[in-house]
Amino acid sequence: MAVPAFTFELCELPPAAEALRAEVRAFLRAELGDLPPVRRARSWGGWDREFSRKMGARGWIGMTWPKRYGGHERSALERYVVLEEMLAVGAPVSAHWVADRQSGPLLLRFGTEAQRQRFLPAIARGELAFAIGMSEPDSGSDLASIRTRAERAPGGYRVNGTKVWTSNAHRSDYMIALFRTHHDPAKKHEGLTQFLVDTKLPGITMSPIIDLRGSHHFNMVVFEDAFVPEDMRVGEEGAGWKQVTAELAFERSGPERYLSCFALLVELIREVGREPGERAAATVGRLIAHLATLRQMSLSVAGMIEAGRNPNLEAAVVKDLGTNFEQEIPEIVHALLGVEPTIDSGSDLQQALGYLTQNAPSFSLRGGTREILRGIIARGLGLR
Amino acid sequence: MNELRTLLGNVVTRLFTDRVTPDVLASVEKGQWPAALWDALEENGLTLPLVPEAKGGAGGTWGDAHVVIRATGRHAVPLPLAETIVAAWLLAESGLDVPAGPLTIAPVHHDERLRLSRAGDGWTLSGTAARVPWGRAARHVAVVAEAEARPHVALVAARDYRVTEDRNLALEPRDTLVFDGAPVSAVAPIGARVPPDAVWFYGALARSAQMAGGLEYLVGQATRYATERRQFGKPIGAFQAIQWQLAILGEQAAAAGTAAATAFSAAERGDPAFEIAVAKVRVGEAAGIGASIAHQVHGAIGFTYEHALQFTTRRLWSWRAEFGGEGWWAATLGRSIAARGADGLWPLLTAR
Repeated sequence: MAVPAFTFELCELPPAAEALRAEVRAFLRAELGDLPPVRRARSWGGWDREFSRKMGARGWIGMTWPKRYGGHERSALERYVVLEEMLAVGAPVSAHWVADRQSGPLLLRFGTEAQRQRFLPAIARGELAFAIGMSEPDSGSDLASIRTRAERAPGGYRVNGTKVWTSNAHRSDYMIALFRTHHDPAKKHEGLTQFLVDTKLPGITMSPIIDLRGSHHFNMVVFEDAFVPEDMRVGEEGAGWKQVTAELAFERSGPERYLSCFALLVELIREVGREPGERAAATVGRLIAHLATLRQMSLSVAGMIEAGRNPNLEAAVVKDLGTNFEQEIPEIVHALLGVEPTIDSGSDLQQALGYLTQNAPSFSLRGGTREILRGIIARGLGLR
Repeated sequence: MNELRTLLGNVVTRLFTDRVTPDVLASVEKGQWPAALWDALEENGLTLPLVPEAKGGAGGTWGDAHVVIRATGRHAVPLPLAETIVAAWLLAESGLDVPAGPLTIAPVHHDERLRLSRAGDGWTLSGTAARVPWGRAARHVAVVAEAEARPHVALVAARDYRVTEDRNLALEPRDTLVFDGAPVSAVAPIGARVPPDAVWFYGALARSAQMAGGLEYLVGQATRYATERRQFGKPIGAFQAIQWQLAILGEQAAAAGTAAATAFSAAERGDPAFEIAVAKVRVGEAAGIGASIAHQVHGAIGFTYEHALQFTTRRLWSWRAEFGGEGWWAATLGRSIAARGADGLWPLLTAR
């Protein structure tokens, strides 16, 4: 008898979550009005500190955290509803997204009491933006090979090395960075430690890395004898690998992993009209079947998180299926309509297509490449 | 999952693991009716999960039926169990008694119509229904037909229709039934909770769960094979190229299982048209991908009749086309989405 390798038990949203949905929609209508589709297509990439503070005032950041840290002690499912409503309209959530999704939960789990007191309430108010310093020039998927060193110095650590692809580091307040505190070539997963790094520290130089569209969100961050105080270390020395793995599971499990092209899908439906031909109807119907199924799978993962389980494997499954789906949408729009993708001319659909066609390659790279995810899934099947 | 479902799952798994062997499957394909297996299903109360206890059933829900129907797919059960479950539900929901023995449903094509007319005190049925699953093996067929301007459910005994035998790729009977003024054993206006195209929708629902079950089997079987089969000095599952394929198979099976489970949950709630369409499209696509990967991983041995893999893959190739293929359901779904307009999509999706 085949034992199912993954468990996706259905998760129904409780009435409290649905009541919250109406509240979120009203807020978004008032705040965003008629945001054009090409802006919505940025999905969670839009940066707006003022919007983040308004979200914080509403109690929609740090929703599941304890009240004593500025959280709101709501369920993971209520949080899910807020996230999916934000993504569905392309709200500019980038300035708090990383802190809410992974930096805050990391501090809650592994941080000191002083760190929690100091950072979590400010994150929940939407006032602190975080970046993630993991990748390096010679360490991408092979994260454990990082070389940026944090060496003991009086009262803290002296850091030397280079981080790359550090999204939004240039406009973030802090970075959660992974450094090497001990070097043993035979045990590369050991000797890694996470730190809270103030992005304004002396000894840190940032330079933009311009993406293929010509826009700046990536950075190269060079550390030259940057001093990080002892009390900014997150967790024990050498516990970094375990903590990063837990953090990446938060990063992989959300609805942002299948909704990146939702704005284009909406424009596709608008374009084919209320009475589409057979081919257009079947194309749209197939995409909806995928979308509806992914949403149920993603909800199921949220349900597992709410139940205190550890759905690492299921999160990898949803992310791989989800990013494939996202990447398919610009291809399908191109195949069906054959319109030219544009930058800032032509129709809303053409502009959304132009933006997402160029952005799509990143979907299956960020947060763990497709290849890494399939390795995780193969391990879950018992093949590794 | 509740206790009843866990229990039900354990019973069907044990029963099918013990009794649905490759030898049994091969003998059914040669035309043998597996009478002992059918009797065991009836004795264990697995054939009527949706019939109220007062009428001799288990008094369960679609969620309970899902456990049984999914298992018939996982084990390639060579019997009209899914068809019996749907037929019995149609009858019971319309206030009719459910006869013992295997049942089937007709017509199974969306554009096929049978004619129900009054004849003296009773009713008769006329017309032809093609590719009726297990037509020759059923003791009765439950039919949905229009009469006096409203849909009715009618029950016709096997002795009262003519059968021309045909089969699907898995050599499951798919017969043509000819009703030539056939006397109707029982008839009633269709139940209030049953849509007029119930055979088509709930047939598609059942096939979705069966395919999801078949995909679960493929994941387990292909993974096991990849850990046993050695080439180049190691198990083929140690190669990344194979691991990648099996990861995709696992993902497709997970998506299929979720889509099918969601549709059964919607059936339990009522008004499952959207979820059934989603499931038939999503699971059908997964079936094609999954069968292809499972065969590739198995190499030549999986292409033989001797290996049991084909009992499942041949079923998947037929089931995905039965009760409407992905194209039909996708176009139907797409038209309903388009009719609501682009801005209606998100409210619809989040209301389901």
